[in-house]
Amino acid sequence: MDSIDQFIVKLERELDMVEPGTLNPEVNYRNIPNWSSMYALIIVALCETEYDVAVTGEDLRKCNTISDLYNIVASRKG
Amino acid sequence: MSLFRVTGAEIKGISAAVPATVVSNRDYEIISPAEREVLIKTTGIEKRHIAHHGETTGDLCYAAAEKLITSLRWDKSEIDLLIFVSQSPDHFLPATSIILQDRLGLSKTTVAFDILLGCSGYVYGLSVISSMMATGGFRKALLLAGDISSAGVNVKDKSTYPLFGDAGTATAIEYNRGYQITFNLQSDGSGKDAIIIPHGGVKYPITAESLVEKEYEPGITRHMRNLALNGMDVFNFSVREAPPNVKALLDYCEKSAEDVDLFVMHQANFLMNETIRKKLKFPADKTPYSLREFGNTSSASIPLTLVNSMQEVQKSSTRVLLSAFGVGLSWGSCYLEANNWSCPPIQTI
Repeated sequence: MDSIDQFIVKLERELDMVEPGTLNPEVNYRNIPNWSSMYALIIVALCETEYDVAVTGEDLRKCNTISDLYNIVASRKG
Repeated sequence: MSLFRVTGAEIKGISAAVPATVVSNRDYEIISPAEREVLIKTTGIEKRHIAHHGETTGDLCYAAAEKLITSLRWDKSEIDLLIFVSQSPDHFLPATSIILQDRLGLSKTTVAFDILLGCSGYVYGLSVISSMMATGGFRKALLLAGDISSAGVNVKDKSTYPLFGDAGTATAIEYNRGYQITFNLQSDGSGKDAIIIPHGGVKYPITAESLVEKEYEPGITRHMRNLALNGMDVFNFSVREAPPNVKALLDYCEKSAEDVDLFVMHQANFLMNETIRKKLKFPADKTPYSLREFGNTSSASIPLTLVNSMQEVQKSSTRVLLSAFGVGLSWGSCYLEANNWSCPPIQTI
């Protein structure tokens, strides 16, 4: 499993409307500029293709920060 | 047992028709220009062909069928089976297939009926029509699949309106004693609420209340006669269920991804379909799309994409894998061989 910094690099690469270097573990992902449900799908697709981990809408509702999201993926990746 | 092989029916050609009116998601004023760009990049949908008021799925399928019959030089008197697949039929009743039997000038000995399925409908329809053909009781058949999805979406709902386009298709099938198509079909009604038009059936007939709009969140306003779609649930379902369904089909056929020349998925959205493709390790150049120009055309999306890939299917011995998934929830896949199909260019009517 990637470190959280590697996870953030991949996240910023996929969310190409986001300036590289602006995300950190404590950022609330819903506060990303221009956040929309499309961004949520991009995050879920990244978790599937990069880590083979399913993240649901319910998971996202329970998460606030990027760190919360990383912890879900890391725990399921094992 | 959802895995089965049908021997006796061969596809001879496919045609598609779309309405002339084109709508661009770049002009979708409900959302900001920046959000439009993310939407287009994520869904892969830039434009959609939209029916005018009163234009029906039957009209589009009729045009596609006439074109295909002419292209194949079929004698209409030899067509004895017609199946229409749609979730937007011309009337509540009678079945659109029966109206089309008369409109196409087919014999009264024609067997005609509708199948009420959407995203998965083409693969299901192919399984039903080929199974009937395999009995040897029919010579030539038409599978007409299409939808006017634009009639069910609310322009003020950004979660549905920019996704759907309208199209009608026709697939010509002939009895061929040695030809095989293999299917893997599945269903899960526990996911019925993921894609639903709640009112308008017998359970919830249309009342004045059905047409009262409600804002669910900014950019998502609709009423109960509109399509409601939970994009995240559909994404999770499709990415979870489609890959193992396809893998089981390939195992049953004793094939691998390398044995497939063309992998055509239901055109739902680009990000979701690409996630499925990557999980199955299919190369991008074997996986065509029609999303950019036509959007999600429901039951028509697979045959429309096949017509768009006509250079491939007009060759001999092109090995084709189809995978469909969506409303129901319902999903399935099939493996077949395309041999010199007749594919007239997509008609705009």
